[in-house]
Amino acid sequence: MIRLALRAVLMLATALLAGAAAALEPVSGYDFLVPETQAMQDDEFENPGMVTVDQGEALFREHREHEEYACASCHGDNGEKLDLEKIASYPRYNRNLGGLVTLQDQIGHCWEINMDRFPLMYDAPELVELETYVRNRAIGERINVQTDGPMQDLLQQGEALYQTRFGQIGMACQHCHVQHQGQMLRGQRLTQGQANGFPQYRLAKGEITSLHKRMRQCFISFRAEPFDPGAEEFKLLELYLMSRGNGLKIETPAVRF
Amino acid sequence: MNAWLLKILVLLLLAAQLAVADGLPPLPADYCRWEVRDYSIEEPLCGLEGNAAQGRKIVIDTHGGNCLACHVMPIPEEPLHGTVGPPLVGLASRMSTAQIRLHVVDQRQFNPATIMPGFYRDPRLDNRVADGFYGKTFLSARQLEDVVAYLATLR
Repeated sequence: MIRLALRAVLMLATALLAGAAAALEPVSGYDFLVPETQAMQDDEFENPGMVTVDQGEALFREHREHEEYACASCHGDNGEKLDLEKIASYPRYNRNLGGLVTLQDQIGHCWEINMDRFPLMYDAPELVELETYVRNRAIGERINVQTDGPMQDLLQQGEALYQTRFGQIGMACQHCHVQHQGQMLRGQRLTQGQANGFPQYRLAKGEITSLHKRMRQCFISFRAEPFDPGAEEFKLLELYLMSRGNGLKIETPAVRF
Repeated sequence: MNAWLLKILVLLLLAAQLAVADGLPPLPADYCRWEVRDYSIEEPLCGLEGNAAQGRKIVIDTHGGNCLACHVMPIPEEPLHGTVGPPLVGLASRMSTAQIRLHVVDQRQFNPATIMPGFYRDPRLDNRVADGFYGKTFLSARQLEDVVAYLATLR
């Protein structure tokens, strides 16, 4: 309890000292949760997001009769051949795949090209399940998104979107997650809006929620026309969000309000 | 080519340019214009007189003004007041009704960085508005005057 209080005081002090915008130390949404919800996330049997991890694992191993490969054929039965550092570095820049590539893009690409399966829509249940499983393999790995080279320009575009007001309510991401983080919005504490726990289980909706779906929910709540899942705008925002959280540990599947 | 014809064409083109110069769609028919002077809007919107009791309901309603989402207010029967904005207890002792009106109508007039929505902002200025809300203000003029009337009682 005392440690929690200390942490809260420290967070507040950091927020006050840092003042405006980007200089803030990244803090995971986990640290804004009440202890009960933290405990729920920490316990693999209590965490409702683990169902999706299991579903993803089944898909990962599924070896259809007439097909040459399963994901597990290359990446190992338990994903032990996955490069965890690489998982923590998405979205990545890949010129061969047309530029900015999210982890879901990469999984979808594998599904379509290497496994010769019918392509999946962005945020299709199978893709979200696989992404949840793969990120969960890399739990505890520190986010490390490239910010230099070809990413510089894309990051600026992502940041510009982050600062843009949308919808009738006319708020930008930064209003809640930079300017007023830590404050109460009705009963909920505004977090920094870090993306290290996605896909995450949302208690308010009772379902696993991908990052693009969560951003769509934000847009709808301020009466804005959301972008489509997988839209370039959302990928740019994903890049900016992940770069803001560089150094935070992957928590997939996080449990949040 | 006839020089006069050319001149007339150019003039016509210029006129067409001017007509769409601000690039904005027309205002909704029932929108009442307002004027800011000294950080205030002196005249009630559409000349309406607000009803404070009605305003109190609107500030609580999550589908209405939803003011409690961000502000602590002297409404003890409602749990969970937000802390994003300043507390509104005693607001009317700190500002005039005309100042309160501008704060609710469009705070960005004097604070461009504010998170506070403009509840009767010119809807043509909004960006990427969802289908059902396009060209509409957040609150109607009547609702807005009701809210202002309620806030003016918070002494």
